Amino acid sequence: MEFSRRDTLVLGAGAVALTSLPLRVAAAGEEEIDAFTGGADVAEGGVTLDAPEIAENGNTVPVSVSAEGATAIMVLALGNPNPDVATFNFGELSGSQSASTRIRLAGTQDVVAVAKMGDGSFAKTTKNVKVTIGGCGG
Amino acid sequence: MALRRAGLFSVLTNSILRICYAQHTGKPGKARIMISRRDFLQVSMAASAMVGASGFGNWSKLAAQQALTQDDLLQFDTFGNVSLIHITDIHAQMKPIYFREPEINLGVGDNRGAVPHVTGADFRRLYGIEDGSPSHYALTYDDFSALAQTYGRVGGLDRVATVINAIRADRPDAILLDGGDTWHGSYTCYHTQGQDMVNVMDALKPDAMTFHWEFTLGSERVREIVEGLAFPAMGQNIFDAEWEEPAEEFADYTFFERGGAKIAVIGQAFPYMPIANPGWMFPEYSFGIRDGRMQQMVDEVRAQGADLVVVLSHNGFDVDKKMASRVEGIDVILSGHTHDALPEPVLVGETLLIASGSNGKFVSRVDLDVRDGRMMGFRHKLIPIFSDVIEPDKEVAAVIEAERAPFKAELEEVIGTTDDLLYRRGNFNGTWDDLICDALISEREADIAMSPGVRWGPSLLPGDPITREDIWNVCSMTYGRAYRSEMTGEFIHVILEDVADNLFNPDPYYQQGGDMVRIGGMGYRIDVTKPQGERITDMTLLKTGEAIDPAKNYVVAGWASVNEGTEGPQIWDVIEDHVRKQGTVKLDPNNSVEVVRG
Repeated sequence: MEFSRRDTLVLGAGAVALTSLPLRVAAAGEEEIDAFTGGADVAEGGVTLDAPEIAENGNTVPVSVSAEGATAIMVLALGNPNPDVATFNFGELSGSQSASTRIRLAGTQDVVAVAKMGDGSFAKTTKNVKVTIGGCGG
Repeated sequence: MALRRAGLFSVLTNSILRICYAQHTGKPGKARIMISRRDFLQVSMAASAMVGASGFGNWSKLAAQQALTQDDLLQFDTFGNVSLIHITDIHAQMKPIYFREPEINLGVGDNRGAVPHVTGADFRRLYGIEDGSPSHYALTYDDFSALAQTYGRVGGLDRVATVINAIRADRPDAILLDGGDTWHGSYTCYHTQGQDMVNVMDALKPDAMTFHWEFTLGSERVREIVEGLAFPAMGQNIFDAEWEEPAEEFADYTFFERGGAKIAVIGQAFPYMPIANPGWMFPEYSFGIRDGRMQQMVDEVRAQGADLVVVLSHNGFDVDKKMASRVEGIDVILSGHTHDALPEPVLVGETLLIASGSNGKFVSRVDLDVRDGRMMGFRHKLIPIFSDVIEPDKEVAAVIEAERAPFKAELEEVIGTTDDLLYRRGNFNGTWDDLICDALISEREADIAMSPGVRWGPSLLPGDPITREDIWNVCSMTYGRAYRSEMTGEFIHVILEDVADNLFNPDPYYQQGGDMVRIGGMGYRIDVTKPQGERITDMTLLKTGEAIDPAKNYVVAGWASVNEGTEGPQIWDVIEDHVRKQGTVKLDPNNSVEVVRG
């Protein structure tokens, strides 16, 4: 039978790996943020980060970010092997400071959006996105 | 009665505390929560009036031997200028059934010990329900078989029709709202691809509807039915998966003019359809909670002059509670999905949450006083559909019989008998699931069986025949093939942890609203207070008594896989073969799950 056991096993292995690696992965995210901010303080909130609470498909998760007055927004997936997803730069002629994309998530993890504001300050919002086997809702 | 007042009082007191808290946090954008105390007291006074006038007390206090009448059940002093009628999660149960409410229904995080996570005697004490009374039977689980002998079956859409007609006689323009899970769950529904329920519901004349299991008919069939409906099909959270835009086949909301008030009803479909059910059956659609968009919809309808905002929701109760605390401006949430039946509304801020049960067992009537652009008061009644007390509506009874007639012989064939009460509801195993797991283990020669933790499926009493219809009522679905697969002990653990987190994640937005996957052939211990990965321990193979080895392979049989291309016999055939061999079903008590509630 095609239970697509391989797929689910990969997912399961991801979940197991996550439980043993959170510190190292989080540290990797810190590094990326430091590189983006130059070590400046980052305020919590002030960036809108839209992502599903539970991903319908971990291979393609829709994510939208916006922050009024931002010159750049960086998106990180802290639990991925390479946490840096994208950095969106907004020029002076940008009609709005918002962007949407789809990202692949290796398992349940925090997605982070860090915005560089026009005045040089930084703001950050985090959202936990769950990647699940599913199948028992009722 | 005194206890019940106390119960409601504590709900209101909590609301006051919450409002005070919101005032002191001084968060921006909370203007609607910061109502003056005087305004709030008007709402709460209306609530007190509801307690005094509620018909709930009348039928709840009747002793078992006293005759319950249709007039008792329908008694309601029409109130205000708007009436809502809510029915949800019918799961294609057109005929009277038995339905045992859960014994174990654990709340976690902020919902620990809060309704609907209160069962049995605690539930009766909370609402002042007398032991042995009709509402004991209707709303709690214990003494079920004995009380069922006294009070009989519940539900039946012809009885529901009688109740709806009576409400419409009081208030001809009452708004009937169907919360979804309507076109799924029976032999006839499966064989007509939902058409039987569409036809019967048409006879009840709903005013709007939202969705969940309907999508497991496949998106093409859903669109075909929706195009022909005489009322709006709604879901502000139903999106086009490709473009991540609202799906045009489904309305966000609809307006009604009633009693001089403009009423907006916003739809909210089940958020986790492609996760809890097979997404490959409706790949064009994406869902999600999308409470940011819900706020936009509320603001939009208010800007268009809505005096009252109602959300017809299939979120599940705890998700609705959280949504009510985050989205401002919703007056009433008609809550579905988690199959809870609550005899009084739960107040979150200024939002009323109404839970109307499942399987056609209850109808909620909510009368509202809507004036000056806001809800000023309410009166509510959860009406239990006692099938032997409420006269069936002849017209709808004829529609139901017409739908069933072509399948009569198949439906009525007796496959076996049960010595035990067969039921499903509860966070862990029910006896129906024990029977299904036994069938999977013996018919599929497996070590371990898995059965999905769905919340639908009526009950059978000890001594009842088991007909083919009864078997289909607990397993009918469009992806019911019974797989047989090898899984490592480690992978079985991952599955259990994953499902447990869908049920016991302390944040309701991460819950999917089903119960725990049912397991046969294996015992385990679960600590619901722990995080994912640490809840499940002591997994034991029951036939040997040995601990499950993470590295070893086990043969697992199950059904309702969300994966495309699953092979195996249909689950109803597996169960039928097993029951036939048994003749009379006798189940050993299942003590294989040890639950740590914290």
